[in-house]
Amino acid sequence: MKYLHDIGSYFLMLKKVFASFTKTSVLKHMIFKDINDLIISSLGIVAFISFFVGGVVSIQTALNMDNPIVPDSLIGFATRQSVILEFAPTFISIIMAGKVGSFITSSIGSMRVTEQIDALEVMGINSLNYLVFPKIVALMFYPFVIVLSMFLGVFGGWVAAVYGGFSSSADFIAGVQEDFIPYQLFYAFFKTFIFAFILATVPSWQGYYMKGGSLEVGKASTNSFVWTSVLIIAANYIITQLLLSA
Amino acid sequence: MIKIEDVHKRFGEEEILKGITTVFEKGKTNLIIGQSGSGKSVMLKCLIGLFKPEQGKIYYGDEAIQDMDDERQRKLREEMGMLFQGGALFDSMNIEENVMFPLRMFTKMKKPEMLARVNEVLKRVNLEGVNKKYTAEISGGMQKRVSIARAIVNKPKYLFCDEPNSGLDPKTATLIDTLIQEITHEYDITTIVVTHDMNSVMEIGEKVMLLKNGKLVWQGTNQEIFKTDNEDVTSFVYSSDLFKKIRDVQLKENKA
Repeated sequence: MKYLHDIGSYFLMLKKVFASFTKTSVLKHMIFKDINDLIISSLGIVAFISFFVGGVVSIQTALNMDNPIVPDSLIGFATRQSVILEFAPTFISIIMAGKVGSFITSSIGSMRVTEQIDALEVMGINSLNYLVFPKIVALMFYPFVIVLSMFLGVFGGWVAAVYGGFSSSADFIAGVQEDFIPYQLFYAFFKTFIFAFILATVPSWQGYYMKGGSLEVGKASTNSFVWTSVLIIAANYIITQLLLSA
Repeated sequence: MIKIEDVHKRFGEEEILKGITTVFEKGKTNLIIGQSGSGKSVMLKCLIGLFKPEQGKIYYGDEAIQDMDDERQRKLREEMGMLFQGGALFDSMNIEENVMFPLRMFTKMKKPEMLARVNEVLKRVNLEGVNKKYTAEISGGMQKRVSIARAIVNKPKYLFCDEPNSGLDPKTATLIDTLIQEITHEYDITTIVVTHDMNSVMEIGEKVMLLKNGKLVWQGTNQEIFKTDNEDVTSFVYSSDLFKKIRDVQLKENKA
């Protein structure tokens, strides 16, 4: 029963987020602040992880190719497919659930504990619109983070393959360009938008409806990471089934 | 003026407010006192609309809050100022932005006008030169004063204060009490203060209401509270050793 109640409260929250809008000039300021906090501040960690994981994918592929008739271009091909289809959209989203999700839950949860949300409500402000809507808009820029991740992942793979002596640059690039299906990019970005919405709303819901003190803020942040990750993985499966296996 | 009639509030099986009827007068500091768990904070939250009573009406002027549509309730809330127990200042904003917040939200004032009004209210609460500081950089007493400044910056008709001097030293607590009373008279607003501090009752209690187990058991002025024979009042007031000693001294003086 609690799960049903939670699902209901999540959708009721979404309804309230899009009702009774805050003054545009204030929202604009909040959106820019959230773009900075959620998107810009995540670029460093995303770049670092993408570059090195791309490199590892490339090395792993090279080391597992022991058949001489398999061309070296397969390293580039496998790196591209892994990075674009799964690593960048899904794996980075799980990392973002930890970084951005915890930040959203703890910042909104702290506002709940210190009565700042009550203060907004007393002033006649729709606190959900004021707090959550800018985060949803800010995370609509999340695909740019994924573009960067895709580029750096493949680039990391190229660096590892070429400078590790596993493949020539020409072979790797030929592999990256081989059998390229643009629809797969649509699939990757479609699920990125869905993950962005999950990343903005689930942690907000956890923070907004938390009860208790600072200890519970910590617990809510942990729950937020767990639920955001579970929903991303489940959504990933459903979207893949719907868009790729048809 | 705020009038409440037969207000009941329940949480599950437990009834917190059991049919409260009273009037909060304009231009006066109205104090709601009582022990912890007596229903003071729930009553305040019903008054400001954070909780909806299951029964009874709350009138702002002639209009009951329950009969207002969402837009009218939102407009009404623009006329309210609230001083929270912990200050509830936005910690992502500096003092100036905190105080300016209601003006940015609800007025069409230009930045210089807003700034002038912010400086005016900060001066009124004796806080000058702290505009760019963040809440973590100022003391608890200063935070309360910033919170008062934010509550009055948009010239509210109603001011609500939840335990305004909790966690403050006696001198700062007196300063905050005095400030609340001065502002009430100066702006001619309806002020409601929830407290269990008898010093506040003595200093600013122009109308005092005692709640016990969710019922209004006594109301009067701060002068009358020390003269009444009402058992609930005496047991609450003289639960403090200090007030007990003052009463004993007075009784000795009267006998002599």
